[in-house]
Amino acid sequence: MHTPSTAKPGTRTITMKIKRCDGPGKPERWESFSLSVTTGQGMNIIAALQVIAAKPVTVEGSRTTPVVWDSGCLEEVCGACTMVVNGKVRQTCSALLDQIAPNDGDVVTLEPMSKFPVVRDLSVNRQRVFHNLKRVSAWVPIDGTYALGPGPRETPAEQEVRYTLSTCMSCGCCLEACPQFNQEPDSKNWDTAFLGAHAISQARLFNSHATGKELAPQRLDALSGPGGVGDCGNAQNCVKVCPKKIPLTESIGAMGRAVTIHAVKKLFTMK
Amino acid sequence: MAATGNEKRVIVVGGGLAGLAASARLVEAGVGVDLFSVVPVKRSHSVCAQGGINACNEVARQQGYSEYEHFDETVYGGDFLADQHPVLEMANWAPRIIDVLDRMGVPFNRTSEGYRDLRLFGGSLFKRTHFSGATTGQQLIYALDEQVRRHESEGNVTKYEHWEFLWPVIESGRCVGIVARDIRTMQIRAFRADAVIMATGGCGLIFGKSTNSVMCNGAAAARCFRAGVHYANAEMIQVHPTAIPGADKLRLMSESARGEGGRVWVPALKRPDGTWGVHPRSGQDPKTIPENERYYFLEERYPAYGNIVPRDIATREIFDLCVNHGMGVGGGQQVYLDLTHKPKEYLQKKLEGILEIYEKFVGEDPYTTPMRIFPGVHYSMGGLWTSFTPGSYTPATPRTKHKSGTRAPINAEIGQGMALGEFNNAMTNVQGLYAFGEVSFAYHGANRLGANALLSCIFDGVFCGVSVANYVRSGPSSNKPTKDISQSLYDGAVAQESAKVKKLVDAVDTTGADDPATNPYIIGRELGVEMTEACTVVRTGPRLERCLSKLGELKARYSKLKLADAGGWTNQSMAYARSVGDMLILAEALALGAFRRQESRGAHYRPDFPDRNDQEFMKSTVARCSPSGEVSVEFVPIDATLIQPTARTYGKKDDKPANPAPTRPSDASGANVPTGSLAGAGV
Repeated sequence: MHTPSTAKPGTRTITMKIKRCDGPGKPERWESFSLSVTTGQGMNIIAALQVIAAKPVTVEGSRTTPVVWDSGCLEEVCGACTMVVNGKVRQTCSALLDQIAPNDGDVVTLEPMSKFPVVRDLSVNRQRVFHNLKRVSAWVPIDGTYALGPGPRETPAEQEVRYTLSTCMSCGCCLEACPQFNQEPDSKNWDTAFLGAHAISQARLFNSHATGKELAPQRLDALSGPGGVGDCGNAQNCVKVCPKKIPLTESIGAMGRAVTIHAVKKLFTMK
Repeated sequence: MAATGNEKRVIVVGGGLAGLAASARLVEAGVGVDLFSVVPVKRSHSVCAQGGINACNEVARQQGYSEYEHFDETVYGGDFLADQHPVLEMANWAPRIIDVLDRMGVPFNRTSEGYRDLRLFGGSLFKRTHFSGATTGQQLIYALDEQVRRHESEGNVTKYEHWEFLWPVIESGRCVGIVARDIRTMQIRAFRADAVIMATGGCGLIFGKSTNSVMCNGAAAARCFRAGVHYANAEMIQVHPTAIPGADKLRLMSESARGEGGRVWVPALKRPDGTWGVHPRSGQDPKTIPENERYYFLEERYPAYGNIVPRDIATREIFDLCVNHGMGVGGGQQVYLDLTHKPKEYLQKKLEGILEIYEKFVGEDPYTTPMRIFPGVHYSMGGLWTSFTPGSYTPATPRTKHKSGTRAPINAEIGQGMALGEFNNAMTNVQGLYAFGEVSFAYHGANRLGANALLSCIFDGVFCGVSVANYVRSGPSSNKPTKDISQSLYDGAVAQESAKVKKLVDAVDTTGADDPATNPYIIGRELGVEMTEACTVVRTGPRLERCLSKLGELKARYSKLKLADAGGWTNQSMAYARSVGDMLILAEALALGAFRRQESRGAHYRPDFPDRNDQEFMKSTVARCSPSGEVSVEFVPIDATLIQPTARTYGKKDDKPANPAPTRPSDASGANVPTGSLAGAGV
């Protein structure tokens, strides 16, 4: 996008191969679209989908409906546009075609995330991600939005740890990559199915805040129960796909230890 | 409808900072909230805010800064167009708001002693911007999202995520609910409410490409406008000086890059007379350009503020340099924003988030290579018109501009700017219909100062939220609760919206003829190009007239629209097609306001009327939309009872504001650049 104006950009043709589905319970199908891309223009997958939406005609020349997808900020800070690109989960706004399909004839495969129910085409329902934040009480229990003086002081080192944990956008990459996290269509089972790395890491975030700590016992109870930190199979895929480089395995380790100490304490206090 | 026994209920439309802050405040007041959002609220556009949030603080206070000076800066920064009492109240609340956010656990950057760190920002000589890395908006909205999730889990907030606002339900001038659509199932439903808060953000998509998120199309505001809500200062659109051009959008490069020491320059050669000329090697590796061949034009022209002049000024200077003088990097539309003189460790602590975005999307390392940036549409100062009750501070005559660093004339008690809890604070001309955050026209006048947006959103929520709570509890219509209103009113509103959908679905193009004239994506793209060319940095009468006639043409084509998808499930192209019609209406109010405002003020620059004209135009542009869709504009006096207007120069050396001539000297129509980041529309 930012090549100096002297650069002579070349044009190539690539194929966008997209897994489509008209709605829950409907059959899946693949459709391919041909796309002309000019090098150096910063074209990403979202821009490609926009071009297809304006003229939805497949490589076979048959007319189809525009592809449905989710997107938001297009700056990799909202998490909305997460999909499986060439077999790997990631945000599609930051998937630049010059990088993932640099040559004429390259094919880009797009699929919806598999761990969440498909709404339509590339759009999935990630309600469970937010539900799991409730399971671990992912908030600081303040007295309300009134001015009651400053919050607790903290060192720059503490702030840096919390800031990194707090950049989690609930995108679901860590869940898509996790062998222990599986699709659970029945929301009645959500409270006992595996929470996933993001929620465990959020528990760590709030347990490391001076006021947030107040709810640590109930967070650790949630992490001790079914679907808690014990369900982690230590595959360590989560940390590899996290777009914000959150140290998820560190969080899982820290919460695992905290859960053990919590259990021992409970044993001795007979609570 | 909801799980709780809250007797009074308020609908909040929009789950960004303003909507979430309002929701929390209302729940605390014992009012139940139904929260509607087209996206999961955690993914709202507030996440994109980077630089920080302004508030007077102890360090600045001991250097002579005050809430009053924050207020004075904001009014001056907005070129004396904002109603002044609300700005005063907002500045007075700012330190309180920071404390609340701090208690919620926002990881504000810290000093070595553990206090909240501060940075410089545009339009101020004091460090008064609190920040969390360079993703402050994200961190603030997460904190509020967490609080609202807590209220949701306690049954006091019901979220309707993936629901789109379609229309306000109004009975005898009073708003009593909304019609909304589930964007997945396509179901259209009416919802009752004792009051409705619109917190739906900006309208950057009207310009095709902007720094805004894909849902910031202004559709919700446009629907209120069509339903009779007034829209003010539509022409006041902020073009941010430093954006990264992209194929799908313009990514913001935060003002904090300059606040933390970033320098804006272009390669240039100094002539014997002291002026600067084009550099023959401009566009080649910037690291090879020696220091004396770098033109730091903002620092030279504005010795006091330098690179942190307000956005409208920086934008015009960059635009002037690139477009009128051909001095952009490589002769193109770009200048350098340079941080390479700062230590990497320092930059990582303070700016990592935004530098990562640059690296990811441009593929160059901003720690070692100056970034290339150009202005891009960013924020709408205008919005739904709202009223207020002035507070207790009423000087006999407006004061002269506050002398920076001197004692404030008043303290910062609650209620000096606006009267706390009065029903009409932030209420539109329709009773019970409120506007909070960017969708409101209040506070920012003709130009918003950096890091004041997050503040105004949260201030609306916590301060004006009290007004909404009072209104539903004891307002003029509390003796006729919404639950007693006839169901037929709501059924009628649903029928009206269903008919609009049917009209669109009936217009499906099954022939595959693909006529661009009636393709909603093409119409949307043409709208973006036209608005970018006619209504951004430089505006002239003749060009705006042409723009208005182009909008007429697009409206005519839109009335014969053809859709590519008739599906009854998660039909995004239908939602988009509807939003195009809404964008066309707002665009008309914008272009008409720009045409009628025959002066230059803040972000609104008219080379055919280069001076500010307080006599005629220190007034709000208030647009109305007739039931048949006719847009008209009138000028309404503002509240300027606290500060006298003064020339807004920011100490420019020749003491004139930055006034670029029309784009091409030969083109009196004054079109903006046809190519580059300010042109071309995505969908």
